[in-house]
Formats: sequence, structure tokens, C-alpha cells
Amino acid sequence: MTPIETAIAEELRKIAPDIDAAEIDRAADLRDECDIDSMDFLNLVTALGQRYGLEMPEADYPQMRSFGNLAAYIAARAA
Amino acid sequence: MATFRMPSLGSDMEDGTLVEWLKSPGDEVARGEIIAVVETQKGAIEIECFEVGTFDHALVETGRKVPVGTPLAVIRAPGEEVAAAAEPPPAPHPPEPMAASAEPAAPEPTAPEPEPAPELAPAPQPAPTSQPATATGTGRLRISPAARRRAEEAGLDPAVFAGAASPVQLADVEARLAGGAQPSSAAQPGDAGAGGALSEMRKAIAAAMTRSKREIPHYYLAHDIDLTGLNDRLATANAGRAPEDRLLPGAVYLHALAAVLKKFPELNGHFEDGAFRPSDAVNAGMAIRLRGGGLVAPAILGAEALDLDAIMAALRDLVSRARTGRFRASEFAAATITLTSLGDRGVDAMTGVITPPQVAIVGLGTPRQRPWVRDDAVVPRTVATLTLAADHRVSDGHRGALFLNALADRITSTEIP
Repeated sequence: MTPIETAIAEELRKIAPDIDAAEIDRAADLRDECDIDSMDFLNLVTALGQRYGLEMPEADYPQMRSFGNLAAYIAARAA
Repeated sequence: MATFRMPSLGSDMEDGTLVEWLKSPGDEVARGEIIAVVETQKGAIEIECFEVGTFDHALVETGRKVPVGTPLAVIRAPGEEVAAAAEPPPAPHPPEPMAASAEPAAPEPTAPEPEPAPELAPAPQPAPTSQPATATGTGRLRISPAARRRAEEAGLDPAVFAGAASPVQLADVEARLAGGAQPSSAAQPGDAGAGGALSEMRKAIAAAMTRSKREIPHYYLAHDIDLTGLNDRLATANAGRAPEDRLLPGAVYLHALAAVLKKFPELNGHFEDGAFRPSDAVNAGMAIRLRGGGLVAPAILGAEALDLDAIMAALRDLVSRARTGRFRASEFAAATITLTSLGDRGVDAMTGVITPPQVAIVGLGTPRQRPWVRDDAVVPRTVATLTLAADHRVSDGHRGALFLNALADRITSTEIP
């Protein structure tokens, strides 16, 4: 895993302690894959936004649909 | 000198296991401060103390499971002398009618503070558990056919009622089942594995919902609302907000609910001992599903006094604690109404089951694009179904409908700062 993927996995574990990040389908819808709701997702975005100093606006949520999308989104913007 | 007791966290709770003391003898205790952690059917719960003073000494050591109402510790009032070491610890309450054992869970009369809500009495308790479970020498057991059938269905040996003074009725069996045979280990939240015994949480849900369906004459109402405008306003407001300040529709629903309930006191409060007691405060229980199964509905206390941002912060806090943290006792005992929002991955509508002793549950289905008539034209709009299940002993469909209309108006007209 890249450092960004590791960070996502860490934050996911705080929301879904039962999830094994290695098992997540990188291309599947993250909410379905991890069975997380909108509040969980917002908490995930908040944590990652703070970690990387990113705005992560709602309008960009479609670009963060899957674990892979989210990692790519952060990688493209994180300093 | 005040006694700190095992509080009741709901009509289904009979006992709890003391897991941890967060105070030691001599420590100062502030009103509302968390002083102990108790393992219950709802998981580990932080217990607040509603006395002010000094933690004098514990009456129950960690690891012990005790009935609701059992004195756990002695709290010394400010300026009071240290308790005599010889003072015998009060005997634990016998597991008899919960009204009796739970009443002392309320604060001393001197505390003018919102109580860790007192408990109400469920069906009469069956014979004490100390009765020999297999007594056969006391003659033939008198038990109603319905009671016997129910006991057999549930795998409960009717012999546990041996020695009962009067014929065993269905209610006695239900009460017995609701109490459940408690395993000695600490409760594990969530569901049991396939085919396994019911988990403690499953039992707690079963007991509360069975009681609700048995005792509460529910009526149900539904109303479709157009959330397009609200969603647009939320999107606009959130575009200018950092993730930590963003609002979700759930906060708007809850904020609107708390505001509207002022005019509908018959939907906010507790029905106990044959009477309804409306509540001035809106302690809004939020149904939160747990990963691994089960759900909890901790309350946002005093929601009527909170603005949208404060409600959102409280909601975030509850959800994140539902995932990894702990709840406080008052968050369970004090809920006066429940809101359940199916979120964006659910279905159109749900008809709720009221959590006793509350008298109403409001549901909001998953919003989705539906054909909607607006300005004499059929247009696609984001529509959700708002539902109400309420207690017919306290309110009627007419008032319920007025309430649901008022709530719909409030939600859809909410301006986002």
C-alpha cells in the first residue's frame, strides 16, 4: 500500500474497526464495500482533509467514490 | 451523604456489571461527571453522578454484576465528615418489581437536576430466581395454555415457575423471557453468529420491542415531502464550509423535530404507570445502527435549545461513539422521542416501533428522484417519505397529522446559515 492508502485504511479503521483494508475492493463503491453511511463518510473526509490539508468539497465526492478513486484524488492534490 | 446507585438505562435493563471506577476515595465529584463504567446489554456505558461532593468509598468492587438500584458508592456532600468505616454496605436490592428497584436510581430529592430518567414497571416479575428451577415436589404447576406454549416455543422450562403463588400467565413468561438468563460474562454488543444464542443486545431489543408491541396501541401516518430545495440550500452552504463544519440533512431533520414538538407535547415524553408525562426538554433519540448488528438510540439532550451546528456536532459525536466509543447513561434513559433516518442507502419508508416509555417515533425514508406535481406540471424532484408511529393512548391521528404537516413544513423551509 502507498502511504496515502495506508492513511485511508487507518482512518477507515476508526469508523469501521471490523474492516480489513487489504480485503477492500479498490474499485467498488466505498460506502457499499465498507457499509458506511453518510455520517461515516463525512467523518472519513474530515479526517483525511485535516491530515492532508485538503478542502475535499462535496462537489468532488463523486471523484472519491471508491477506495482507489479516493487514494488517487488525494495523491493528485496532496503536497 | 448520598448513595450512588446502578442506574436503569431502559425498561429492559435489570442489571449491569461494574467494569471500572473512574474515581478513588477522596476525589472530588462534579454534577454530571462520569464516575464509573458499567457493562450492559447496550455495551459499555459511562455512568454520570448527579451529586456534588467527594467520592467517599465504593460499595461494589469491579467485575460484580448487580441489579438496577443497587448502591454502588457513597458520595459525601461538601463539608461532610468521612463516612464511618464500620458502616455496613447496604444490601443489594432483590430483583423484584423494577419500579421498586429502579426508583432509587433517581437523584436524591435535593438534586434539582434532570434525572437519569426513572424507570417504569413492566409486567409483574415471575417468581424469584432463587426458586429451585426443577422443583417438582410442590405439586402440579398451574400455568395457562398460552403461557405454556410460549415458554416451550422459547425453550424455557415451565418448571422455573414452580412454587408460583398464582397460576402462571403469558405475561409472566414474557417478563421472564424479557429478563433473559444472563450469562455471567460481560455483554457483547451485536448479533450472535448464525444459529447462535441471542446476543445480549438482541435480547434487549427483543424485550423492548415485544413490550412495545404488546402494550402500545400504535397508529401510523405517512407524508411525502419534497427535499429538493433543502438539499440545494445544504449543498450551497456546504460548498463554503470545511469538512468539519459541513451539515448533513439528518441535523436539519432533528433540529426541525425539536422545534415543532413544542406545539405537540403529546408526542414528547414518557408514558409510565398508566399516565403520560410530557417533557419540556426534547431529548431526541437517534437510531444508530451498529456495525456487527443491532442498534442503539442514544439521545441528544435538550435538542430544542441547540442550533443547527450544535445539533450536527452532537450527531457526529454520537455516531462516532457508536462506532468506537462509549455512551453515557443519561443518553439512554432520558430519550423522550426517537428519530430514525434511513440515510441515502435505504428504502422509501419505515413504520417505526416505539421504544417504551416513549410515545412516538418519527422516520424519514431515503430521498430519491420521484415524479412530483409542482406548478401544475409533473417534474422530477427529490422526495422522501416522512412517517410517524405514535401511541394512541396519548394522541390521535388528527393531532399526529397536524404534527407531521408542521414537521414537513419546518424541514422543507429550513434556511441554512
